[in-house]
Amino acid sequence: MDPLLVAEAAINGILLGGVLALLALGLNLIFGVVDIVWIAYVELVMLGMYAVYWLVTLWAWPVVLAGMAAVGLVAILGILVHLLIIAPILSSPPVNQLLATGGLLFFLQSFATFLWATDHRSLRLALPILEVGGMFLSFARLLAFAVSLLAMLGLYLFLTRTYIGTAIRAVSQDREAIALMGVDARKVYIVTSGVGGAMAGLAAALLIIQYSVHPYFGAAFGPLTFMIVVLGGLGNMFGAVVGSLLMSEVISVGGIITSTEMAYVVAFVLFIVAMFVRPEGILSRRE
Amino acid sequence: MKRLLALVGVALLALVPWLPLGPARLYILHVLVLVLIWAFVGTAWALMGRFGLVSLGHGAFLGLGAYTTTLLWNFLGVSPWIGTPLAAGLAVLLALVLGYPCFRFRVVGHYFALVTLALGEVIRLLIIAERDWTGGSLGLTLKDAGAFNLAAIQFADKRIFYLVALAVWLVGLWVWWWVDRSMTRSALEAIGEDETAAASVGIPVTGFKLRITLLSAGLTAVGGVLYAQYVTYINPGTLAGIGVSLQIVFAVVLGGMYTLLGPTVGTALTIALAEYLRVAFGVRFLGMADTIYGLALVLIIIFLPAGLYGGLRELVLRRAAPPRAAT
Amino acid sequence: MLEVSSVTAGYGEFTALWDVNLVVNAGEAVAVVGPNGAGKTTLMRVISGLVRVRAGEVRLEGRSLGAEPAHGIVARGIAHVPEGRRIFPKLTVEENLKMGAFLPAARRRYAGTVARVYELFPVLAERRRQRAGTLSGGEQQMLAIGRALMSGPKLILLDEPSLGLAPVMVLRLFDLIRRVREEGYTILIVEQNVRQVLSLADRAYLLEVGRIRVEGRAADLADQDFVRQAYVGL
Repeated sequence: MDPLLVAEAAINGILLGGVLALLALGLNLIFGVVDIVWIAYVELVMLGMYAVYWLVTLWAWPVVLAGMAAVGLVAILGILVHLLIIAPILSSPPVNQLLATGGLLFFLQSFATFLWATDHRSLRLALPILEVGGMFLSFARLLAFAVSLLAMLGLYLFLTRTYIGTAIRAVSQDREAIALMGVDARKVYIVTSGVGGAMAGLAAALLIIQYSVHPYFGAAFGPLTFMIVVLGGLGNMFGAVVGSLLMSEVISVGGIITSTEMAYVVAFVLFIVAMFVRPEGILSRRE
Repeated sequence: MKRLLALVGVALLALVPWLPLGPARLYILHVLVLVLIWAFVGTAWALMGRFGLVSLGHGAFLGLGAYTTTLLWNFLGVSPWIGTPLAAGLAVLLALVLGYPCFRFRVVGHYFALVTLALGEVIRLLIIAERDWTGGSLGLTLKDAGAFNLAAIQFADKRIFYLVALAVWLVGLWVWWWVDRSMTRSALEAIGEDETAAASVGIPVTGFKLRITLLSAGLTAVGGVLYAQYVTYINPGTLAGIGVSLQIVFAVVLGGMYTLLGPTVGTALTIALAEYLRVAFGVRFLGMADTIYGLALVLIIIFLPAGLYGGLRELVLRRAAPPRAAT
Repeated sequence: MLEVSSVTAGYGEFTALWDVNLVVNAGEAVAVVGPNGAGKTTLMRVISGLVRVRAGEVRLEGRSLGAEPAHGIVARGIAHVPEGRRIFPKLTVEENLKMGAFLPAARRRYAGTVARVYELFPVLAERRRQRAGTLSGGEQQMLAIGRALMSGPKLILLDEPSLGLAPVMVLRLFDLIRRVREEGYTILIVEQNVRQVLSLADRAYLLEVGRIRVEGRAADLADQDFVRQAYVGL
């Protein structure tokens, strides 16, 4: 195996890890705060990608503007999902919660199929490929990575510097005590779902410049995202980033050594084993 | 009396293929066979589900079963009569490898669901990755062995398959009933609700959960074999991975996982709905049938949780629900 | 200031409080004592809106708290320091205080109140950047009280503040609660440590199996024989 190819894959892994981290952070927020696994979270990304695609191809919006619109749109979608589906089942048994969001997954996938058929649609942007020391790096990926880093910084500042951000972190630590602070947990849930949606929207904008979109796009990234979140540890933002980089490295480097599927297999098996060894996440300290 | 009623019911069910069903006879039989197979799988899932072991990866066992017998038959000519125990054995082994550490290290709730989900995906991806053997995502057709071949368990006559499926389904119900009987009521509730409490009254929780899981996995694999033998075409999308795993769970939760016939009723309802939508929309609106199906599922879960669960919802796994913010 | 009149409340089938009447006047410190399981914590949770009343009414300054949710009751001026402290362990000390000042009115006064809280509890100022979960039990209790003060309450509910603390720490804590009192706060306090709390309070209620058995001046209550025998341990 050409070491240069492996190095290139490793770098691509880091670049993909940045975007994955956005998704993991968004889902981690929702999972940690609302305590419900949104099985359909990555389906929102698929919708965001379509949004950018149609805004650009049909209405000739500039890509940057369309991307920003997708962030807003998916944020609103996130809030709608919370209000329409999650809020009514907050105190239902976990099976029902899993199934309601699982049903949403079927719904979104097939509705997208109904509206836009199963064609793979790509923006076909002519972004340059950079050559660095014999390796070829896509400008789109570098850009996506840089924007991801900025967004993570923004999220960090939001969660640590604002009252509502701090309340979001506090809710998952003690749901009752937060009400005694005068915080309406329902509002925190709504804000969290909106922020989670916005992260998915941004990820969508960054993914559509690299990949083509189709109704089953979520199937590729969905399970992976849950696993990263759990691997990193619930409520552990740093863990989510580390988990994303780890998983995307396994997939990227593993993908060129064997096959994409085998790389995913390795990643998932890694996840299963990690759950046995460190159920609280890889970065957790042992009690 | 009850026993008599059950016997009459079974006899009537066995006679269904010989009833005058009209021009749609074959189609009706086909749907009934599917209902029986999936009801069997659902019942197997519910063995675990009712104890709070929510598996989102039963597709793994289903796929493992179906592919084991199909590959053995296609490439080595091994009869499914030998293949089926092998398939079930492999599924049990897989369940052991996954289940033992899960229960030993107390991987529960959402985490158990995600671990099993990963397992389902692993099997699906392995099937795709080994495309030289398995045909990858395009799937695999069972090698034809004629219109009636007992050794290959292939029958062109749907009536025979109907009886086979009926028998297997009855075995599934019997196993469910047997597990139900062999546990005292209080122990059942104790494990579902609070395993620390169950352990403290001397119930070997790990061992019990493991046995239930192995049993469920083995039966599910048999369901996969049956499906493969009947449809004679398998692919990783329909027999492994998240999609099918979720659909099994849907059906069971719909019908209720705490009663003997709950999974069957739920399966019949979901298949009826899916078939109706498929027939109603045909190929004109690709995706529309599934759209309505998904929407219906979401609405049912939101608006009818009590209706589906009845008074049994208290038994549900949520161990001492974490306190919600008072609203 | 606070009137609890004929309140009956409980959880599901279980009734924890039967027809309870209680009054706290402005500037007073009122204690509720009684054995485990008497319904003391439920009483506190009813007042702060975490448990709904089944019958009867809770009024603050003459206005019913009615169906106000817990987060709304904070805005009305009641701060509840719950049993077991319930600080946010993964937030820093300062962030915990910030959460106490979540309401818009409290946010505007943040700089002033936080300075006063640090003055009252200097140890919190020293550890302001530390995760709250790393504090000792006593320090966590101080943080819980400080956090409650941050909302600028008219009335503070203290539920078992000395629970799980070492004897030395209990004495220090009661000194601190006295200082909070001297700042002019109205306090309703539930305690197992009857001797300490009766020496701090103006008036007291004895709650047994969900009913008020005795009420009166704290000093009088402490002198009654059966209270001394049963709860003070003298």
